Amino acid sequence: MTVRRTTLGGHTYEFASLSDLLARATPHRSGDVLAGCAAASAAERVAAQTVLADLPLATFLEEQVVGYDEDDVTRLILDTHDATAFAPVASLTVGEFRDRLLAWAAAGDEPAIAALAPGLTPEMVAATSKLMRNADLVAVGRRARVVTGFRSTLGLPGRLASRLQPNHPTDDPLGVTASILDGLLHGSGDAVIGINPATDSPAQTVALLELVDAVIARYGIPTQSCVLAHVTTTLRALEQGAPVDLVFQSVAGTQGANRGFGVTLDLLAEARAGALALGRGTVGRDVMYFETGQGSALSADAHRGIDGRPVDQQTLEARAYGVARHFRPLLVNTVVGFIGPEYLYDGKQVLRAGLEDHFCGKLLGLPMGVDVCYTNHAEVDPDDTDALMLLLGAAGCSFVIAVPGSDDVMLHYQSLSFSDVLTARQVLGLRPAPEFEEWLARMDLLAEDGRVRELAPDAPAAKALLAAARP
Amino acid sequence: MSVVGDDPWAVLRGATRARVALGRAGDALPTSRELEFRRAHAVARDAVHAPLQPEVVRAALPGSEVLEVRSAAAGRAEYLQRPDLGRQLAEGTDLPATGADLGIVIADGLSPRAVHEHAGGLVTALLARLPGWSVAPLVLAHQGRVGLGDAVGAALGVRAVVVLIGERPGLSSADSLGAYLTWDPRPGRVDSERNCVSNVRPPHGLGYDQAAGTIAALLAGACELGASGVALKDEAALPG
Repeated sequence: MTVRRTTLGGHTYEFASLSDLLARATPHRSGDVLAGCAAASAAERVAAQTVLADLPLATFLEEQVVGYDEDDVTRLILDTHDATAFAPVASLTVGEFRDRLLAWAAAGDEPAIAALAPGLTPEMVAATSKLMRNADLVAVGRRARVVTGFRSTLGLPGRLASRLQPNHPTDDPLGVTASILDGLLHGSGDAVIGINPATDSPAQTVALLELVDAVIARYGIPTQSCVLAHVTTTLRALEQGAPVDLVFQSVAGTQGANRGFGVTLDLLAEARAGALALGRGTVGRDVMYFETGQGSALSADAHRGIDGRPVDQQTLEARAYGVARHFRPLLVNTVVGFIGPEYLYDGKQVLRAGLEDHFCGKLLGLPMGVDVCYTNHAEVDPDDTDALMLLLGAAGCSFVIAVPGSDDVMLHYQSLSFSDVLTARQVLGLRPAPEFEEWLARMDLLAEDGRVRELAPDAPAAKALLAAARP
Repeated sequence: MSVVGDDPWAVLRGATRARVALGRAGDALPTSRELEFRRAHAVARDAVHAPLQPEVVRAALPGSEVLEVRSAAAGRAEYLQRPDLGRQLAEGTDLPATGADLGIVIADGLSPRAVHEHAGGLVTALLARLPGWSVAPLVLAHQGRVGLGDAVGAALGVRAVVVLIGERPGLSSADSLGAYLTWDPRPGRVDSERNCVSNVRPPHGLGYDQAAGTIAALLAGACELGASGVALKDEAALPG
């Protein structure tokens, strides 16, 4: 264990381990205070950032925050590290790497950034983000291009897709359908029509999969469906021959937290093979969908690394991306304000975390989206989520989550609304996924200026869509 | 508002409680819908932050002895960020060792409003269903989490504790009360060792008598099994 120290303003600061250094260099957030690993003062935080800036990037290949022998996420990260891809930055320190990224971003050198992904580890990327301001995270994030496809193509420049989330407290088919139609009428759903089922049973999952599949088939919509059941439930649905487009699973950055989710790497590989075998994609074969979120390891009491020391929640979140990228997902999103103020207390912390997660995911090669959301006991309101949404749009975020009127009536939290997505696209000049945009045009939902048109209820397209909501 | 038949969008609105077919002002929400959402959020926010008023709870429970305690969380902001402190009693808390069968803790949780509106009714209904049980003085807890019941229960020396606590307000319900039962309470108990009855908020949610019936049945089951939590859930034949 290497102790690192620096002197700042006559005071010497010591950092007992790599995880201690990373944690204390992290911008303030409630979850790290709760875990007992946050910097004790603003000066100590900058001291840690100063030490971190001089740390060779290659340190993270030799020194771990979570042990190799006891954690399969660490093994996955190190065993699949690509030294050739790492070579262009292998001699840099963390601070020099930040500078290099910003230079590439300013020059628009997207290929240089994209080529790095297999050579970077989550810890390297997390460390770098801790030296960046919000604008740095946006500037580099928008030049880290990751394109994926299934029935629509996601992540292209100038596009912002959305997951249409038509949740219902009892999975009522008509209720779910009404929310789907409302979303489609607002031009949402190009990333996926993805339902969190109220009950995680194979029968319910199959019923919902068939429902969405029928809507997609009826209107010829170039998008994919997903029922966000546990991966074992989706495996059962696959066995029963259900129309599974995507396999969903929540993942986290330690083996212990993944055990808490009831997930192993083998299980994910098995489900992916099952969905791939169905060959349901048209423009691509990316069949996995992952959700993550800062604080998930801490809430499962699985946030400790070497010597039982707590690891900061942002580094652990980046490690979850190390899991996700192994399975070549179509979609990954962080659910940034969902788990509560004990992890991200207010709008400032949520905003920062959303930009960090997007940056880290993209740099590691993931098609990163964000559920821009909050609960009623957090110090967050729609002004905060507006700001994060617009910054994410500027950062080239692949997709956001959208629910009717910002109100998820099943999960009881607030996310973006369908109209928020319209606003982001209009303000930032962004468009839906190309295949979906063509469909909107075919449905007469696209105005000549590219905006989603507000239909009169007696317009033929409105009548055609509303027909699906009649019992 | 239009009725079904006049307004084709009403087909969507009639199919779900979700906020569908809200209309548009450009790409945003019309003013009336925007204010509707803000009202719901404001009510939920106020429910989280309104302070617990002990006199309201006492007035709803005439004749009951009520002891007041605080958790180790100093204020609302600390309470929201440090759930660990909300599970510990403030330093110097003194509770009598009673050796009673049951302790009942009423905690503000995330909605003091739920406690103001429903704690009295639920406690009265519950006590009526437990004639054979000796019950310790009621404990009213400021800035309390569910786990605070473990510390209170251990101090009171009771065999079981029921924590009645304000649940996290949603946009459509800011006054839901939850009840958590823990057999043999002591610090270190985990959530899988508890049983929960949630969404007590007549007339929209569960009524007092129905909730009290379920809690009483769970208590009887826990007493027989000598445990609460997952094991009890699997064993107990619960009404409703």
